[in-house]
Amino acid sequence: MTRVSIIGIGQTSVGEHWDVSIRDLGAQAVLAALHDAGIERPDALYVGNMLSGPLASQEQLATLIADWSGLRGIEALKAEAACASGAAALRVGYMAVASGLHDVVVVLGVEKMTDLDGDEATIALMNAADAEYEAIHGTTFISLNAMLMRRYMEEYQVPHEAFAGFPVNSHANAVYNPQAMFHQAITRETFVGARMIADPINLFDSAPIADGAAAVVLCAAERARELVPHPVRIAASSVATDSVALHDRHDPLFLAAVYNSAMKAYRQAEIGPQDIDLFELHDAFSIIAALSLEASGFAPRGQGTRLAADGEIGPHGRVPIATMGGLKARGHPVGATGLYQVVEAALQLRGEAGKNQVPDAHWAMTQNVGGVGGTAFTHILEG
Amino acid sequence: MRLAPHWRVRAQRLQLRGEVCECCGRHLFPPRDVCPSCHQPANEPFPFSGEGTIYSYSTVYEPPRGYEQYAPYTVALVRLKEGPLVTAQLTDVDPADVRIGLPVEMVTRALREEGEEGMIIYGYKFRPVLEQQAAVH
Repeated sequence: MTRVSIIGIGQTSVGEHWDVSIRDLGAQAVLAALHDAGIERPDALYVGNMLSGPLASQEQLATLIADWSGLRGIEALKAEAACASGAAALRVGYMAVASGLHDVVVVLGVEKMTDLDGDEATIALMNAADAEYEAIHGTTFISLNAMLMRRYMEEYQVPHEAFAGFPVNSHANAVYNPQAMFHQAITRETFVGARMIADPINLFDSAPIADGAAAVVLCAAERARELVPHPVRIAASSVATDSVALHDRHDPLFLAAVYNSAMKAYRQAEIGPQDIDLFELHDAFSIIAALSLEASGFAPRGQGTRLAADGEIGPHGRVPIATMGGLKARGHPVGATGLYQVVEAALQLRGEAGKNQVPDAHWAMTQNVGGVGGTAFTHILEG
Repeated sequence: MRLAPHWRVRAQRLQLRGEVCECCGRHLFPPRDVCPSCHQPANEPFPFSGEGTIYSYSTVYEPPRGYEQYAPYTVALVRLKEGPLVTAQLTDVDPADVRIGLPVEMVTRALREEGEEGMIIYGYKFRPVLEQQAAVH
Protein backbone atom coordinates (compact mmCIF):
# COMPACT_ATOMS: atom_id res chain seq x y z
CA MET A 1 0.00 0.00 0.00
CA THR A 2 1.31 3.44 -0.93
CA ARG A 3 1.98 5.77 2.01
CA VAL A 4 0.01 9.00 1.72
CA SER A 5 0.94 12.58 2.60
CA ILE A 6 -0.81 15.94 2.77
CA ILE A 7 1.07 18.40 0.59
CA GLY A 8 -1.35 21.32 0.57
CA ILE A 9 -3.98 22.88 2.82
CA GLY A 10 -6.58 25.60 2.34
CA GLN A 11 -9.51 27.02 4.29
CA THR A 12 -12.01 29.84 4.21
CA SER A 13 -13.02 31.64 7.37
CA VAL A 14 -15.91 30.03 9.26
CA GLY A 15 -19.00 32.18 9.64
CA GLU A 16 -21.84 33.69 7.62
CA HIS A 17 -20.76 33.90 3.98
CA TRP A 18 -23.82 35.59 2.55
CA ASP A 19 -21.89 36.91 -0.45
CA VAL A 20 -20.90 33.52 -1.87
CA SER A 21 -22.74 30.36 -2.80
CA ILE A 22 -21.69 26.84 -1.90
CA ARG A 23 -19.89 26.37 -5.24
CA ASP A 24 -17.75 29.48 -4.78
CA LEU A 25 -17.05 28.74 -1.14
CA GLY A 26 -15.89 25.24 -2.06
CA ALA A 27 -13.80 26.46 -4.98
CA GLN A 28 -12.02 29.00 -2.75
CA ALA A 29 -10.75 26.27 -0.44
CA VAL A 30 -9.86 23.94 -3.33
CA LEU A 31 -7.82 26.64 -5.07
CA ALA A 32 -6.10 27.66 -1.82
CA ALA A 33 -5.06 24.04 -1.15
CA LEU A 34 -3.85 23.50 -4.73
CA HIS A 35 -1.89 26.75 -4.54
CA ASP A 36 -0.32 25.69 -1.23
CA ALA A 37 0.74 22.39 -2.82
CA GLY A 38 1.89 23.94 -6.08
CA ILE A 39 -0.42 21.62 -8.01
CA GLU A 40 -2.47 22.76 -11.01
CA ARG A 41 -4.56 19.78 -11.95
CA PRO A 42 -5.21 16.90 -9.53
CA ASP A 43 -6.55 13.54 -10.71
CA ALA A 44 -9.71 13.73 -8.62
CA LEU A 45 -11.82 15.87 -6.30
CA TYR A 46 -13.64 14.28 -3.37
CA VAL A 47 -16.15 16.46 -1.56
CA GLY A 48 -17.49 15.94 1.94
CA ASN A 49 -20.89 17.56 2.42
CA MET A 50 -24.04 16.69 4.33
CA LEU A 51 -26.78 19.13 3.41
CA SER A 52 -26.39 20.63 -0.06
CA GLY A 53 -29.57 18.79 -1.08
CA PRO A 54 -31.98 20.09 1.58
CA LEU A 55 -30.32 23.50 2.09
CA ALA A 56 -29.16 24.51 -1.39
CA SER A 57 -31.26 22.18 -3.60
CA GLN A 58 -27.96 21.14 -5.14
CA GLU A 59 -26.60 17.68 -5.79
CA GLN A 60 -23.84 16.64 -8.19
CA LEU A 61 -22.00 18.99 -5.88
CA ALA A 62 -18.51 17.63 -6.53
CA THR A 63 -18.94 17.91 -10.29
CA LEU A 64 -20.16 21.49 -9.91
CA ILE A 65 -17.29 22.52 -7.64
CA ALA A 66 -14.75 20.80 -9.89
CA ASP A 67 -16.03 22.90 -12.78
CA TRP A 68 -16.06 26.10 -10.70
CA SER A 69 -12.48 25.39 -9.61
CA GLY A 70 -11.29 25.13 -13.20
CA LEU A 71 -11.09 21.35 -13.01
CA ARG A 72 -13.89 20.38 -15.39
CA GLY A 73 -13.40 16.83 -16.61
CA ILE A 74 -11.66 15.26 -13.61
CA GLU A 75 -13.11 12.50 -11.44
CA ALA A 76 -15.37 14.06 -8.83
CA LEU A 77 -17.80 12.68 -6.28
CA LYS A 78 -19.38 13.51 -2.96
CA ALA A 79 -19.10 11.50 0.26
CA GLU A 80 -21.74 11.66 2.97
CA ALA A 81 -21.67 10.52 6.58
CA ALA A 82 -23.73 13.26 8.27
CA CYS A 83 -21.46 15.49 10.40
CA ALA A 84 -18.54 13.22 9.52
CA SER A 85 -18.87 13.80 5.77
CA GLY A 86 -15.57 15.73 5.67
CA ALA A 87 -13.56 12.86 7.09
CA ALA A 88 -15.49 10.45 4.84
CA ALA A 89 -14.20 12.37 1.81
CA LEU A 90 -10.68 12.33 3.26
CA ARG A 91 -10.96 8.57 3.67
CA VAL A 92 -11.97 8.22 0.00
CA GLY A 93 -9.05 10.40 -1.06
CA TYR A 94 -6.69 8.43 1.16
CA MET A 95 -7.88 5.14 -0.36
CA ALA A 96 -7.49 6.50 -3.87
CA VAL A 97 -3.82 7.42 -3.32
CA ALA A 98 -2.96 4.50 -1.01
CA SER A 99 -4.27 2.04 -3.58
CA GLY A 100 -2.14 3.55 -6.30
CA LEU A 101 -5.19 4.43 -8.35
CA HIS A 102 -4.38 8.15 -8.34
CA ASP A 103 -1.20 10.19 -7.90
CA VAL A 104 -2.62 13.49 -6.62
CA VAL A 105 -6.13 14.17 -5.32
CA VAL A 106 -7.79 17.10 -3.62
CA VAL A 107 -10.28 16.59 -0.80
CA LEU A 108 -12.77 19.28 0.16
CA GLY A 109 -15.25 19.66 2.99
CA VAL A 110 -17.89 22.31 2.43
CA GLU A 111 -21.16 23.35 4.03
CA LYS A 112 -23.42 26.36 3.54
CA MET A 113 -25.90 26.61 6.40
CA THR A 114 -26.93 30.26 6.66
CA ASP A 115 -28.81 30.77 3.39
CA LEU A 116 -32.17 29.72 4.78
CA ASP A 117 -34.17 31.52 7.43
CA GLY A 118 -34.78 30.43 10.96
CA ASP A 119 -34.17 26.90 12.06
CA GLU A 120 -34.05 25.19 8.65
CA ALA A 121 -30.43 24.16 9.04
CA THR A 122 -30.93 22.94 12.60
CA ILE A 123 -33.94 20.92 11.51
CA ALA A 124 -32.03 19.46 8.56
CA LEU A 125 -29.36 18.19 10.97
CA MET A 126 -31.99 15.78 12.25
CA ASN A 127 -31.54 13.95 8.92
CA ALA A 128 -28.54 12.38 10.67
CA ALA A 129 -30.85 10.52 13.06
CA ASP A 130 -33.21 7.57 12.50
CA ALA A 131 -36.12 9.15 10.62
CA GLU A 132 -38.72 6.47 11.42
CA TYR A 133 -37.91 5.85 15.08
CA GLU A 134 -36.29 9.05 16.40
CA ALA A 135 -37.28 12.04 14.28
CA ILE A 136 -40.95 11.09 14.02
CA HIS A 137 -41.28 11.61 17.77
CA GLY A 138 -40.32 15.27 17.54
CA THR A 139 -36.83 14.58 18.79
CA THR A 140 -34.26 17.19 17.77
CA PHE A 141 -30.56 16.61 17.30
CA ILE A 142 -29.88 18.70 20.39
CA SER A 143 -32.38 16.75 22.49
CA LEU A 144 -30.69 13.46 21.56
CA ASN A 145 -27.42 14.83 22.89
CA ALA A 146 -29.22 16.29 25.90
CA MET A 147 -30.56 12.84 26.81
CA LEU A 148 -27.04 11.47 26.59
CA MET A 149 -25.67 14.27 28.78
CA ARG A 150 -28.40 13.92 31.39
CA ARG A 151 -27.82 10.16 31.67
CA TYR A 152 -24.05 10.72 31.94
CA MET A 153 -24.50 13.28 34.74
CA GLU A 154 -26.81 10.91 36.61
CA GLU A 155 -24.84 7.72 36.12
CA TYR A 156 -21.43 9.18 36.99
CA GLN A 157 -22.68 11.86 39.38
CA VAL A 158 -20.98 14.60 37.36
CA PRO A 159 -22.35 18.12 37.83
CA HIS A 160 -23.04 20.28 34.78
CA GLU A 161 -20.29 22.77 35.75
CA ALA A 162 -17.74 19.99 35.23
CA PHE A 163 -18.13 20.44 31.46
CA ALA A 164 -17.09 24.13 31.59
CA GLY A 165 -13.47 23.36 30.78
CA PHE A 166 -14.33 22.30 27.22
CA PRO A 167 -15.89 25.53 25.91
CA VAL A 168 -13.49 27.66 27.98
CA ASN A 169 -10.53 25.96 26.25
CA SER A 170 -12.13 26.10 22.79
CA HIS A 171 -12.95 29.80 23.02
CA ALA A 172 -9.51 30.64 24.42
CA ASN A 173 -7.85 28.92 21.45
CA ALA A 174 -10.18 30.43 18.83
CA VAL A 175 -9.10 33.95 19.85
CA TYR A 176 -5.83 33.36 17.97
CA ASN A 177 -7.32 31.53 14.98
CA PRO A 178 -8.07 34.17 12.32
CA GLN A 179 -10.39 31.74 10.48
CA ALA A 180 -12.50 30.97 13.56
CA MET A 181 -16.11 32.08 13.95
CA PHE A 182 -15.67 33.46 17.49
CA HIS A 183 -12.75 35.46 18.83
CA GLN A 184 -13.89 36.01 22.36
CA ALA A 185 -12.67 34.11 25.40
CA ILE A 186 -15.24 32.97 27.94
CA THR A 187 -14.97 32.16 31.64
CA ARG A 188 -16.43 29.38 33.76
CA GLU A 189 -18.96 31.94 34.99
CA THR A 190 -20.06 32.66 31.39
CA PHE A 191 -20.67 28.94 30.97
CA VAL A 192 -22.54 28.44 34.23
CA GLY A 193 -24.82 31.44 33.56
CA ALA A 194 -25.55 30.65 29.90
CA ARG A 195 -29.05 30.27 28.50
CA MET A 196 -30.44 26.74 28.49
CA ILE A 197 -31.07 25.32 24.97
CA ALA A 198 -32.30 21.82 25.80
CA ASP A 199 -31.74 21.06 29.45
CA PRO A 200 -29.01 20.15 30.45
CA ILE A 201 -27.40 21.48 27.24
CA ASN A 202 -26.81 25.22 27.36
CA LEU A 203 -25.61 27.69 24.75
CA PHE A 204 -21.94 26.94 25.43
CA ASP A 205 -22.34 23.15 25.41
CA SER A 206 -23.34 23.31 21.77
CA ALA A 207 -21.30 24.15 18.66
CA PRO A 208 -22.68 26.80 16.28
CA ILE A 209 -23.68 26.01 12.71
CA ALA A 210 -21.90 28.08 10.06
CA ASP A 211 -20.66 28.29 6.49
CA GLY A 212 -17.17 27.10 5.70
CA ALA A 213 -14.88 25.15 3.40
CA ALA A 214 -11.52 23.48 3.97
CA ALA A 215 -9.41 21.34 1.66
CA VAL A 216 -6.24 19.27 1.51
CA VAL A 217 -4.14 17.92 -1.36
CA LEU A 218 -2.88 14.34 -1.05
CA CYS A 219 -0.11 12.50 -2.88
CA ALA A 220 2.20 9.54 -2.38
CA ALA A 221 4.51 10.14 0.61
CA GLU A 222 7.62 9.27 -1.36
CA ARG A 223 6.92 12.09 -3.82
CA ALA A 224 5.82 14.57 -1.16
CA ARG A 225 9.26 15.77 -0.11
CA GLU A 226 10.15 16.68 -3.69
CA LEU A 227 7.05 18.84 -3.94
CA VAL A 228 6.78 20.71 -0.62
CA PRO A 229 9.05 21.48 2.35
CA HIS A 230 6.69 20.24 5.12
CA PRO A 231 4.56 17.31 4.02
CA VAL A 232 2.36 15.72 6.69
CA ARG A 233 1.99 11.96 6.49
CA ILE A 234 -1.35 10.26 7.08
CA ALA A 235 -0.14 7.53 9.41
CA ALA A 236 -3.60 6.05 9.92
CA SER A 237 -7.06 6.32 8.42
CA SER A 238 -9.93 4.38 9.94
CA VAL A 239 -13.68 4.34 10.23
CA ALA A 240 -16.12 2.35 12.33
CA THR A 241 -19.88 2.38 12.65
CA ASP A 242 -22.49 1.84 15.33
CA SER A 243 -26.29 1.92 15.23
CA VAL A 244 -27.68 5.21 13.93
CA ALA A 245 -30.31 5.38 16.68
CA LEU A 246 -29.19 5.91 20.27
CA HIS A 247 -31.90 3.51 21.44
CA ASP A 248 -30.41 0.65 19.43
CA ARG A 249 -27.25 0.65 21.56
CA HIS A 250 -26.77 -1.60 24.54
CA ASP A 251 -24.93 1.15 26.42
CA PRO A 252 -25.50 4.63 24.93
CA LEU A 253 -22.76 6.15 27.13
CA PHE A 254 -20.10 4.12 25.33
CA LEU A 255 -19.34 5.42 21.84
CA ALA A 256 -18.40 2.10 20.26
CA ALA A 257 -17.71 3.56 16.80
CA VAL A 258 -15.33 6.11 18.31
CA TYR A 259 -13.59 3.40 20.32
CA ASN A 260 -13.25 1.04 17.38
CA SER A 261 -12.03 3.67 14.93
CA ALA A 262 -9.49 5.01 17.45
CA MET A 263 -8.13 1.54 18.25
CA LYS A 264 -7.82 0.69 14.55
CA ALA A 265 -5.98 3.96 13.97
CA TYR A 266 -3.55 3.35 16.84
CA ARG A 267 -2.80 -0.10 15.44
CA GLN A 268 -2.17 1.21 11.94
CA ALA A 269 0.09 4.04 13.14
CA GLU A 270 1.76 1.69 15.65
CA ILE A 271 1.39 4.21 18.45
CA GLY A 272 -0.96 4.68 21.42
CA PRO A 273 -2.91 7.54 22.95
CA GLN A 274 0.10 8.43 25.13
CA ASP A 275 2.02 9.36 21.96
CA ILE A 276 -0.58 11.79 20.60
CA ASP A 277 0.60 15.42 20.88
CA LEU A 278 -2.76 16.97 19.99
CA PHE A 279 -6.25 15.65 19.40
CA GLU A 280 -8.78 17.49 17.26
CA LEU A 281 -11.91 15.76 18.55
CA HIS A 282 -15.56 16.16 17.63
CA ASP A 283 -16.78 18.62 20.28
CA ALA A 284 -20.15 19.30 18.62
CA PHE A 285 -21.49 19.06 22.18
CA SER A 286 -19.42 19.10 25.36
CA ILE A 287 -20.85 15.69 26.27
CA ILE A 288 -19.44 14.28 23.01
CA ALA A 289 -16.02 15.76 23.85
CA ALA A 290 -16.07 13.92 27.19
CA LEU A 291 -17.31 10.64 25.71
CA SER A 292 -14.77 10.85 22.84
CA LEU A 293 -11.85 11.34 25.24
CA GLU A 294 -13.03 8.28 27.15
CA ALA A 295 -13.66 6.06 24.12
CA SER A 296 -10.34 7.07 22.53
CA GLY A 297 -8.33 5.98 25.54
CA PHE A 298 -7.46 9.34 27.11
CA ALA A 299 -9.64 9.00 30.21
CA PRO A 300 -11.44 6.23 32.11
CA ARG A 301 -15.21 6.07 31.66
CA GLY A 302 -17.03 8.78 33.55
CA GLN A 303 -13.87 10.86 33.94
CA GLY A 304 -13.62 12.68 30.61
CA THR A 305 -14.48 16.02 32.20
CA ARG A 306 -11.60 15.71 34.67
CA LEU A 307 -9.04 16.30 31.94
CA ALA A 308 -10.77 19.57 31.15
CA ALA A 309 -11.05 20.53 34.82
CA ASP A 310 -7.37 19.84 35.44
CA GLY A 311 -6.27 22.07 32.57
CA GLU A 312 -4.72 19.20 30.62
CA ILE A 313 -6.49 20.01 27.35
CA GLY A 314 -4.82 23.39 26.67
CA PRO A 315 -2.07 23.79 24.03
CA HIS A 316 0.57 23.16 26.71
CA GLY A 317 -1.36 20.41 28.52
CA ARG A 318 -1.01 16.65 28.35
CA VAL A 319 -3.83 16.15 25.81
CA PRO A 320 -4.31 19.39 23.84
CA ILE A 321 -7.72 19.39 22.13
CA ALA A 322 -9.58 21.89 19.94
CA THR A 323 -6.27 23.71 19.51
CA MET A 324 -7.67 26.20 16.98
CA GLY A 325 -11.09 26.50 18.63
CA GLY A 326 -12.66 23.16 17.84
CA LEU A 327 -16.22 22.78 16.63
CA LYS A 328 -17.40 24.91 19.54
CA ALA A 329 -15.52 28.13 18.75
CA ARG A 330 -14.00 27.71 15.28
CA GLY A 331 -17.55 26.83 14.27
CA HIS A 332 -19.20 23.68 12.89
CA PRO A 333 -20.04 23.83 9.18
CA VAL A 334 -20.96 20.17 9.46
CA GLY A 335 -19.67 18.56 6.26
CA ALA A 336 -16.59 20.80 6.29
CA THR A 337 -15.61 20.16 9.91
CA GLY A 338 -13.60 17.00 9.26
CA LEU A 339 -11.37 18.91 6.84
CA TYR A 340 -10.96 21.91 9.17
CA GLN A 341 -9.70 19.49 11.80
CA VAL A 342 -7.12 18.09 9.38
CA VAL A 343 -6.03 21.51 8.10
CA GLU A 344 -5.55 22.70 11.70
CA ALA A 345 -3.66 19.56 12.69
CA ALA A 346 -1.41 20.04 9.64
CA LEU A 347 -0.75 23.65 10.70
CA GLN A 348 0.32 22.35 14.11
CA LEU A 349 2.63 19.71 12.59
CA ARG A 350 4.12 22.28 10.19
CA GLY A 351 4.77 24.58 13.16
CA GLU A 352 2.46 27.24 11.72
CA ALA A 353 -0.17 27.38 14.48
CA GLY A 354 0.97 30.75 15.87
CA LYS A 355 0.08 31.46 19.46
CA ASN A 356 -1.73 28.11 19.72
CA GLN A 357 1.31 26.12 18.67
CA VAL A 358 1.63 22.85 20.58
CA PRO A 359 5.36 22.55 21.39
CA ASP A 360 7.22 19.85 19.45
CA ALA A 361 4.03 18.51 17.86
CA HIS A 362 4.84 15.31 15.96
CA TRP A 363 1.69 13.16 16.14
CA ALA A 364 -1.78 14.66 15.69
CA MET A 365 -5.09 12.81 15.77
CA THR A 366 -8.33 14.03 14.18
CA GLN A 367 -11.71 12.48 14.84
CA ASN A 368 -14.93 13.30 13.03
CA VAL A 369 -18.21 11.83 14.29
CA GLY A 370 -21.46 11.46 12.35
CA GLY A 371 -24.79 11.71 14.16
CA VAL A 372 -24.67 10.85 17.84
CA GLY A 373 -21.77 8.46 17.34
CA GLY A 374 -23.21 6.45 14.44
CA THR A 375 -20.10 6.83 12.30
CA ALA A 376 -16.62 7.75 13.51
CA PHE A 377 -13.49 8.45 11.46
CA THR A 378 -10.08 8.70 13.08
CA HIS A 379 -6.98 9.92 11.25
CA ILE A 380 -3.50 10.09 12.71
CA LEU A 381 -1.06 12.53 11.13
CA GLU A 382 2.71 12.57 11.47
CA GLY A 383 4.66 15.78 10.99
CA MET B 1 -48.31 13.79 1.57
CA ARG B 2 -46.42 10.62 2.36
CA LEU B 3 -48.81 7.78 3.08
CA ALA B 4 -46.87 4.57 2.64
CA PRO B 5 -44.01 5.33 5.08
CA HIS B 6 -46.51 5.66 7.93
CA TRP B 7 -48.83 2.86 6.81
CA ARG B 8 -46.11 0.23 6.64
CA VAL B 9 -44.98 0.74 10.24
CA ARG B 10 -48.50 0.73 11.71
CA ALA B 11 -48.00 -2.44 13.76
CA GLN B 12 -44.99 -1.07 15.59
CA ARG B 13 -46.46 2.42 15.93
CA LEU B 14 -49.89 1.39 17.20
CA GLN B 15 -49.26 -1.95 18.91
CA LEU B 16 -45.61 -1.58 19.89
CA ARG B 17 -45.05 -4.79 17.99
CA GLY B 18 -41.45 -5.88 17.73
CA GLU B 19 -39.80 -9.25 17.45
CA VAL B 20 -38.14 -11.89 19.55
CA CYS B 21 -35.06 -13.57 18.14
CA GLU B 22 -35.72 -17.31 18.07
CA CYS B 23 -32.01 -17.95 18.14
CA CYS B 24 -30.76 -15.91 21.11
CA GLY B 25 -34.06 -14.92 22.73
CA ARG B 26 -33.37 -11.21 22.56
CA HIS B 27 -36.38 -8.91 22.26
CA LEU B 28 -36.11 -6.43 19.41
CA PHE B 29 -37.79 -3.09 18.92
CA PRO B 30 -38.15 -1.84 16.26
CA PRO B 31 -38.47 -5.11 14.31
CA ARG B 32 -35.73 -5.90 11.83
CA ASP B 33 -34.85 -8.85 9.66
CA VAL B 34 -31.51 -9.68 11.24
CA CYS B 35 -30.88 -9.88 15.00
CA PRO B 36 -28.18 -7.29 15.81
CA SER B 37 -26.95 -9.50 18.64
CA CYS B 38 -26.51 -12.96 17.10
CA HIS B 39 -26.88 -11.98 13.41
CA GLN B 40 -29.43 -14.74 12.74
CA PRO B 41 -32.74 -14.09 10.94
CA ALA B 42 -35.32 -12.51 13.24
CA ASN B 43 -38.95 -12.80 12.21
CA GLU B 44 -41.04 -13.91 15.19
CA PRO B 45 -43.45 -11.07 16.07
CA PHE B 46 -43.55 -10.01 19.71
CA PRO B 47 -46.07 -7.59 21.21
CA PHE B 48 -44.34 -5.53 23.88
CA SER B 49 -46.19 -4.92 27.14
CA GLY B 50 -45.64 -1.18 26.88
CA GLU B 51 -44.25 -1.02 30.42
CA GLY B 52 -40.91 0.53 31.10
CA THR B 53 -38.89 3.12 32.98
CA ILE B 54 -37.26 6.35 31.89
CA TYR B 55 -33.57 5.94 30.98
CA SER B 56 -33.13 9.62 30.10
CA TYR B 57 -35.14 12.58 28.81
CA SER B 58 -35.03 16.13 27.47
CA THR B 59 -37.69 18.79 27.09
CA VAL B 60 -38.02 20.37 23.63
CA TYR B 61 -38.91 24.07 23.58
CA GLU B 62 -37.99 24.73 19.94
CA PRO B 63 -39.81 21.98 18.02
CA PRO B 64 -39.39 20.98 14.38
CA ARG B 65 -42.17 21.76 11.92
CA GLY B 66 -45.31 19.73 12.54
CA TYR B 67 -44.73 19.49 16.30
CA GLU B 68 -45.39 23.12 17.35
CA GLN B 69 -48.73 22.39 18.94
CA TYR B 70 -47.23 19.90 21.39
CA ALA B 71 -44.38 22.15 22.60
CA PRO B 72 -42.98 22.23 25.13
CA TYR B 73 -42.86 18.46 25.21
CA THR B 74 -40.51 15.96 26.76
CA VAL B 75 -38.84 13.25 24.71
CA ALA B 76 -37.41 10.23 26.46
CA LEU B 77 -35.45 7.06 26.05
CA VAL B 78 -37.64 4.45 27.71
CA ARG B 79 -36.16 1.15 28.87
CA LEU B 80 -38.89 -1.38 28.11
CA LYS B 81 -39.49 -4.14 30.67
CA GLU B 82 -38.42 -6.71 28.07
CA GLY B 83 -35.06 -5.04 27.43
CA PRO B 84 -34.90 -2.63 24.49
CA LEU B 85 -34.70 1.14 24.67
CA VAL B 86 -37.27 3.11 22.69
CA THR B 87 -37.37 6.80 21.80
CA ALA B 88 -40.76 8.45 22.36
CA GLN B 89 -42.53 11.52 23.65
CA LEU B 90 -43.94 11.60 27.14
CA THR B 91 -47.54 12.71 27.56
CA ASP B 92 -49.94 13.54 30.38
CA VAL B 93 -47.08 14.72 32.57
CA ASP B 94 -45.58 18.03 33.69
CA PRO B 95 -41.96 18.21 32.44
CA ALA B 96 -40.93 19.22 35.97
CA ASP B 97 -42.15 15.87 37.33
CA VAL B 98 -40.11 13.72 34.96
CA ARG B 99 -37.07 11.92 36.39
CA ILE B 100 -34.77 9.07 35.42
CA GLY B 101 -36.24 5.77 36.65
CA LEU B 102 -39.88 6.92 36.50
CA PRO B 103 -42.18 3.98 35.60
CA VAL B 104 -44.13 4.69 32.40
CA GLU B 105 -46.61 2.92 30.15
CA MET B 106 -47.36 3.14 26.45
CA VAL B 107 -50.42 4.98 25.17
CA THR B 108 -51.54 5.86 21.63
CA ARG B 109 -51.60 9.55 20.73
CA ALA B 110 -51.32 11.82 17.69
CA LEU B 111 -47.61 12.18 16.88
CA ARG B 112 -47.94 14.96 14.31
CA GLU B 113 -50.38 16.53 11.91
CA GLU B 114 -49.44 17.22 8.34
CA GLY B 115 -51.25 20.50 7.70
CA GLU B 116 -54.97 21.41 7.51
CA GLU B 117 -55.85 18.76 4.96
CA GLY B 118 -53.07 16.34 5.78
CA MET B 119 -53.00 13.20 7.80
CA ILE B 120 -52.91 12.92 11.56
CA ILE B 121 -50.22 10.40 12.36
CA TYR B 122 -50.81 8.27 15.42
CA GLY B 123 -48.30 6.29 17.38
CA TYR B 124 -46.92 5.45 20.78
CA LYS B 125 -46.15 7.88 23.54
CA PHE B 126 -45.52 7.09 27.19
CA ARG B 127 -47.13 8.43 30.35
CA PRO B 128 -46.42 7.85 34.05
CA VAL B 129 -48.05 4.61 35.21
CA LEU B 130 -51.58 5.47 36.31
CA GLU B 131 -51.67 3.47 39.56
CA GLN B 132 -48.65 5.40 40.71
CA GLN B 133 -50.36 8.68 39.91
CA ALA B 134 -53.39 7.54 41.91
CA ALA B 135 -51.21 6.62 44.87
CA VAL B 136 -49.50 10.03 44.83
CA HIS B 137 -52.67 12.09 44.63
